[in-house]
Amino acid sequence: MGKGKTDPAAKRGNAVGNVFRTIGVTFKEGDWKTRISYIILGFGELLRGQWLKGIALMLCEVGFIAYILKVGKKYLPKFTTLGTEVTKKVSRKTVYGDNSFLILLFGLLSIFVIIFFIVLWYVNIEENRAEEEILKEGKKLPSNKKVLLSLFDSNFDKTLLAIPVIGVFVFTVLPIVFMICVAFTNYDKNHQAPTNLFTWVGFENFKNLVTFGSSGFGTTFFKVLGWTLVWAFFATFIDYFLGLAVAMLINKKGIKFKKLWRTILVVTIAVPQFVSLLYVMKMFANDGLINGYLLKWGWIKQAIPFWTNPMLARITIIVINIWIGIPYMMLIATGLLMNIPEDLYESARIDGANGLQMFKSITLPYMLFVTGPFLLTQFTGNLNNFNVIYLLTQGQPQSMKLVEKAGSTDLLVTWLYKMTVNNTNYRMAAVIGIMVFAVTAVVSLVVYNMLPSVRDEEGFQ
Amino acid sequence: MKTKKNIGNAITYIILVIISIIWLFPFFGLIMQSFRSYDPLVEYGGMVDYIIPKHFSLDNYRFLFSGETNFLIWYKNTIILAVFISLFQTIMVLCVSYALSRMRFKGRTFLMRFWLILGMFPGFLTMICLYFLLKQFGLTQAGAIPGLILVSVASSGMGYYVCKGFFDTIPKALDEAARIDGASRARIFLTMIIPMSKPIIIYTALVAFMAPWCDYVFASYIAFGHDTSYNVAVAMTRWVWTNDYQGYFTRFCAGGILIAIPVTILFMCLQRYYVEGVTGGAVKG
Repeated sequence: MGKGKTDPAAKRGNAVGNVFRTIGVTFKEGDWKTRISYIILGFGELLRGQWLKGIALMLCEVGFIAYILKVGKKYLPKFTTLGTEVTKKVSRKTVYGDNSFLILLFGLLSIFVIIFFIVLWYVNIEENRAEEEILKEGKKLPSNKKVLLSLFDSNFDKTLLAIPVIGVFVFTVLPIVFMICVAFTNYDKNHQAPTNLFTWVGFENFKNLVTFGSSGFGTTFFKVLGWTLVWAFFATFIDYFLGLAVAMLINKKGIKFKKLWRTILVVTIAVPQFVSLLYVMKMFANDGLINGYLLKWGWIKQAIPFWTNPMLARITIIVINIWIGIPYMMLIATGLLMNIPEDLYESARIDGANGLQMFKSITLPYMLFVTGPFLLTQFTGNLNNFNVIYLLTQGQPQSMKLVEKAGSTDLLVTWLYKMTVNNTNYRMAAVIGIMVFAVTAVVSLVVYNMLPSVRDEEGFQ
Repeated sequence: MKTKKNIGNAITYIILVIISIIWLFPFFGLIMQSFRSYDPLVEYGGMVDYIIPKHFSLDNYRFLFSGETNFLIWYKNTIILAVFISLFQTIMVLCVSYALSRMRFKGRTFLMRFWLILGMFPGFLTMICLYFLLKQFGLTQAGAIPGLILVSVASSGMGYYVCKGFFDTIPKALDEAARIDGASRARIFLTMIIPMSKPIIIYTALVAFMAPWCDYVFASYIAFGHDTSYNVAVAMTRWVWTNDYQGYFTRFCAGGILIAIPVTILFMCLQRYYVEGVTGGAVKG
C-alpha cells in the first residue's frame, strides 16, 4: 500500500524533471532551426517542409500576441485590485472607469490563455526534437497530406474532442472558475460594476456563512443544508423501494396487461414536468381540488395547509415526488429483475423459503449490488433537484427566522437561485454553490468507494 | 393452493388499479379543466374545487390560437430549441463517447476525472457569467433562442456516460478487424459504430429533445422580459404564478395539454429505447 502511494508522486516528479530536461537538452543539441523555434513557434517545422504544422503554430503565436496586446494588457494588471476607477459623471459627461466584472472575467481568460500558450510552446519544442531525431536516422518526415489525414485516423481523438473540450472550457470551466473567484469578492447588490466596483475580500464570505446571529448566514445555511440532506435521503430511498415493489407487482407471474400498467406509470415521465407539477401544485392548494372535495364531503372542517405549513409542505413534496420517482425506478427494476436467474428462486423454493425470505436474500442483494451507482447518482441528483421543489413551492413557506428569503422547503440550489435572481447577492450565492459542490463531492467519494460493483468496474469492459 | 394464488393475484390487481388511478388522476383533471368555459359570467377561470366543468367549451383553446397571446410563437420557439439541441447534442455526445471509448491518448483519464468533478458544481452557479458571455454576442433577450441552443450544446459533451457505456460493449475486435483491412478511425466510426448504435442514438436524442420542454430556469433568465423569446415552460409557468387570478389557470391547462400530447406520443413511441438507455446507464453508473 505504501509503495503504491509513493509511486505516482515520484512519477510526477520525474515528469516535471523530464519537461525541463527536454527544454534544455533540445536547445543545446538542436540545430539553428530548432533554436529559433523557441521564439518563433513553428519556424523549424516550416523550414523542414512541415508547413501545415508550422503555419498552424505560427498563427497560434500571432493570435496569442494579438490577444495579450488587445485584451490581456488592459485587464490583467488590474486583476489584483479588480479596478480602482469608478465610472462617474464629470459635468454632464460620463467618464468611464474600470469594470470589476470585466476585469475578473478577462483576467481569468488571460491567465488561461497564457497557460495554454506555454503548453503549446512546449509541444512545439518536443515536435522539433522529434523531427530532428527522425531526420538524423535518415528517415523522411511524413508528408503534409499524411499529417492532415492522421486527424481522421491515429489522431482522430483530437478531431472529435476539439469542439466539445472548447465548449466545456468556455461555457463551464471559465464560468465556474469565475464564480469561485466571486466567492472571494464582495460582489453583491451594493457593488455592481461599473458604478460601484467590487474587490477581493478574502475569506469574509465563508466566515459569514458560519456566523450565527442576526446578520450571519449560519443558522439558515445549516437549516437549509439539513433539509437538503433529509430530502435527498427520503426522495431517493422511498422512491427506490416503492418503485422496486411496483415493478415486482407488475412482474408477478399470472398478472396480465403488464405493458398497460407500465405505460400508465410512464406517462409521468413523458409529460413535461412543468405541466404536471404545476397542476399538482394547484391541486393541493388551499382552494384546490383536494381540499375542496374533503371539505365538501365533510371529512375536514378547514382546508389542510399543504403548502403553507412548513412541516406539511415538506411531507407533501416528498409524497408528490414519489409520484414522479416511482416510474423511473419501475422501468429500471423491471429490466433488472428479469436478469436474476430463475433457478435461484427455484432452489430457494425447494428449500422451503417463502416470498419474503426470497426477497430478502435474493432479490434485494442482487438489486442493491447492480443499482449501486444508480442510487448514488439519484442521491446527488436529488440534492440538486431544482424542478420539483421550485415548481411545487418555490421554497415556500418563507420564514422570518431565515435570511435572504430562504423558505422551509428550499434546497441549497433553489436558495442559490433565489439569491442570484431575486437578491443579486452573488458573493453568497457563489459560496453556497461551492458548498453544494463540496456536499456532492463528499457524498460521491464516500459512497463510491463503498460500492461493491465499482471495485471490479474494469471487469465490465 | 390455487385459491391462495388467485387471492394474491386479485389483491395485486386491486393495488395496480389504485396505482393507475392515482397516476392518471392529475392528467384527467388537467384535461377536464382545459375544457372549462372562460366566460366570467358562466364560470370562473382560476383554480376551482371541483373537477367536472359545469360548462364544456373550447374557449381556452380558442384563446391560445387567437393571437391574443404569443402562444404559437412560444410553441415554435420550443420546437426549434428541442430539434436543434437534440441534433447537436447527439453529435457531441457521440464524438466524445467514441473518442473516450475507443482511443487511448494522453490525458484521457485526466479529462474524464476533470469532467466528473465539473459535473458536481450546480448548474445555476454560473448563470450570471453565462448571461454576460451570451450578451457579448447579442444572444440574450431577442437572441435568446440561439443563445439557449449554444449553451445547452456547448457543454453537452460532459454527458457521455451512458453512450460510452454502450460503445464499451461493442467488441473491440470489430474495430481491429476493420483496421487491418485498412479502414481509418473516422471510417470505422461513421460506417460501423454509428449504424450499430441506433438504440443509444435514439435515447440520447430523445432525452435531449425532452429537456427544453421543461427548461424554466435558464430560459427565463436569458429571455428575461422579452416575451417573444420565451419557451413554453417560461410562459406557462408565468401564467400560473402571476396571472392565475385572472382566470389564466384553465388556459394554462389547455396549453399544457397541447404541449403534453405531442411530447407524450413521441416518448411513448420511443419508450423501448428510453428504457434501454436508462437501464444501461443505471447499471454502469
